[in-house]
Amino acid sequence: MGAFILRRTGVMILTALCLTFVVFFLTNLFPNLEKLAKTQGNARMTDAEVVSWLDRNGYGGPLIVRYGEWLGVVPGWTREDEATGEITGRCIDFGMDPADAPTRCGLLQGDLGFSTVSDDEVGNIIGGRLLLTLKLMGWAFGVMVPAALLVGVLAGMREGSRLDRSLSTFSIASTATPEYVSGVIFIVLLASSTAGLSPLLAEWGWIEGRTLFLGSARSAMEDGITFWNFALPVTTIALYGMGYIARMTRASMAEVMTAQYIRTARLKGVSFRNIVLKHALRNALIAPFTVIMLQFPWLLTGVVIVETLFNYNGFGWTMVQAASNNDIELLLACSIVAVFVVLVTQLISDIGYVFLNPRIRIA
Amino acid sequence: MEPLTWSGSFGAFLNPLMLAAVVAFVILFLTNVVMTFAGMRSGDFEVNADGTLVYQRTPMDMVLTGMKYAVLLFVLCCIGYIIGGLTLPTIEQKGILGAMAQRLLPVWIALVVTFALSITFKRRLGLYGKLFDSPIGMAGFGLVMFWIFAAIFSGVFPLVPTHGAIDLISQMRNELPGTPLPNPDDGEYPYYLLGGDNLGRDVFSRVFFGAADVLKITPVATLFAFMVGITLGLPAGYFGGKLDTILTFIANLALAFPVILLFFLLVTPEIVAAGVPQYMSMILFLFPILFFVVLFNSRFHTDPTRRNILVGAAIAIGGVLYLSLISNPSDPDLPLLFRLWPEPFDLFDIAGNLLIVFVSVVFVNSPTVFRIVRGITLDVKTRDYVAAAQTRGEGPWYIMLWEILPNARGPLIVDFCLRIGYTTILLGTLGFFGLGVSPESPDWGSTINEGRRLLTIYPHPALPPALALMSLVLGLNLLADGLREESLKD
Repeated sequence: MGAFILRRTGVMILTALCLTFVVFFLTNLFPNLEKLAKTQGNARMTDAEVVSWLDRNGYGGPLIVRYGEWLGVVPGWTREDEATGEITGRCIDFGMDPADAPTRCGLLQGDLGFSTVSDDEVGNIIGGRLLLTLKLMGWAFGVMVPAALLVGVLAGMREGSRLDRSLSTFSIASTATPEYVSGVIFIVLLASSTAGLSPLLAEWGWIEGRTLFLGSARSAMEDGITFWNFALPVTTIALYGMGYIARMTRASMAEVMTAQYIRTARLKGVSFRNIVLKHALRNALIAPFTVIMLQFPWLLTGVVIVETLFNYNGFGWTMVQAASNNDIELLLACSIVAVFVVLVTQLISDIGYVFLNPRIRIA
Repeated sequence: MEPLTWSGSFGAFLNPLMLAAVVAFVILFLTNVVMTFAGMRSGDFEVNADGTLVYQRTPMDMVLTGMKYAVLLFVLCCIGYIIGGLTLPTIEQKGILGAMAQRLLPVWIALVVTFALSITFKRRLGLYGKLFDSPIGMAGFGLVMFWIFAAIFSGVFPLVPTHGAIDLISQMRNELPGTPLPNPDDGEYPYYLLGGDNLGRDVFSRVFFGAADVLKITPVATLFAFMVGITLGLPAGYFGGKLDTILTFIANLALAFPVILLFFLLVTPEIVAAGVPQYMSMILFLFPILFFVVLFNSRFHTDPTRRNILVGAAIAIGGVLYLSLISNPSDPDLPLLFRLWPEPFDLFDIAGNLLIVFVSVVFVNSPTVFRIVRGITLDVKTRDYVAAAQTRGEGPWYIMLWEILPNARGPLIVDFCLRIGYTTILLGTLGFFGLGVSPESPDWGSTINEGRRLLTIYPHPALPPALALMSLVLGLNLLADGLREESLKD
């Protein structure tokens, strides 16, 4: 088991290095840097001025060296201005004595760089935004997983029954409804003051405000989360992921229900409720565990869509802004987080699967 | 002129009926749920002493029968609207639903013909015919075919849309469904059936032009992803070893890359200017040619003349298409490599963002296909007929492409249906972030993106494309489910 985890971790680190290098390469292509130079310096720079600006600001060296600097394994660049004798460098903050500055500053030292657009340390921006997204994801998972497992188990315990068919159709329909479709439908139905249910309910005097739910989650960031402003984003994320987990749970449950030991239990006269709850459920939940863990990366796309649709300035929203504003360091940090989430969930799902299922425990 | 009503003159008696059906269904459904929790079960057969069977009805059965009739009534009302649309003389009498049904007449005819032919000959049509044994498969097939015909009758023969995809009438900005045009020309359709969007374009027409756009891209992109996945997955599974380790590692890399980040990276103008999508298309589009060359070569290498003809044709046709596809000599922004191919031989240029969208979608899909094909190959290569082919002395590529691949077609066809749906969702995601084919493109994702800004005030521009996308993907998923069920019955 130890060797297995070690090998998986090694592959994971290699994957992370490859992926971050790809992102680094793509964000540091020359047209990107040129645009950065023109937005930071002067929009009418000539090509030669662009090159010298890039050189002065540490974007000049070979790509692999700059990647090393960003990682923090290669000493950060320093350069002495010939005219003034002033020393600038990657690790030298404004107003800092060059002698005190560390030689390396990068990902390994916990320095993620500086966001050129928001004028702040990337670490500060990412931290707050991630917290907001964690809240959203936490609620979405809290709704999605229990609901999906319930639907899956109910559908799978009597395969082919009417309940099974209706719940399976529901799961298929939910996998066919991406977030930007369900979000739009929810907003129109429940959060529009001119269409859907809200005007009707307001006319009857059943609701106090103008709409049943709020079509924007902006207030959830400052005034705290309420059912009114958070229900729609959470449901939107949960709905799309739910169908897939429910179908996997159903398949796994249906398979377990045909197993020999279930038949034995039934012949012994155990009640159906006890068969499902005590004998089948635990074995049926092994396979969905992997699927649930692998849903995290999928949720990431969902989170980006939902945060854009509901104006919630979390991690996904930051990533969209960074990508569209050419904010290189911020985008790199976002991709690190995204890649990290994907790889860690894969690792947990692998290890968890082996751990939960005694039949395939790898020595 | 007065704005159109939703249901026209048939609505006077169809609307109450439909409402009654819905109310009855909801009440009966709630009763059903309550009764289930109260422990009531539907009736069962009982065997009498003389050997006859008696079916004992319980209240549960009556509730279920009631639900069935409510659904039937609802469907009949829908058909009523369509018939009303086809028979009533004027648009005002037809109403919005009727007028839409009337515009869709070619689609209904094509659907009825397809279903009539398929059901008549279903025993002779193999797996496709068996689809008509499962109601779920039939429903899915119906939805998918509806959109395919709608796309054909909008993109190829523009019979369904009432206005052009980018014709705008500024007075019609954000107008509600059924609004008449201010001063229609002769022969121009006098209404915006589903209202106007924020620029004053017809929502109804754009949804159907969008269907043509979406269905032009997604099946082809999925097919390309399958070519890439199959060409790499078969050898990885069959040979195993180092090759498998490396290819699997690369596939896992691509899978671990967050889809949304990849889209943003590939579509930013700076990265496009550096030619990254072009280089990717250069590699990705090589695989179909490779696939066909190996396919023909492995089958006919004992018959050199035939082999030479087929392989030569594959290389010539594929090569010209490939070079036309990747190069665009008239675009001066591209790197020199993509402008080398002379203009006269450049059969077509892929406009604007289309190539980029295409490449990103293929790139995202192919690693998953690779994993599926590899898994199936690992399973199939232990079969006896593979061993027999090996004993016969067949080459590895012959075994892979002509022994293993045909026997893996079942799961691959099912996955193909599912994956078209997923590709549609991906394409919509791209459009939703404004990274779609082009800003004025009517594809569904872009239209939803445009409509969402004023969503709480004017919901009508965003809702139709959202529902259209949902119904198409739902149809594909149901179709895949039906196919899987029927192929498992063999």
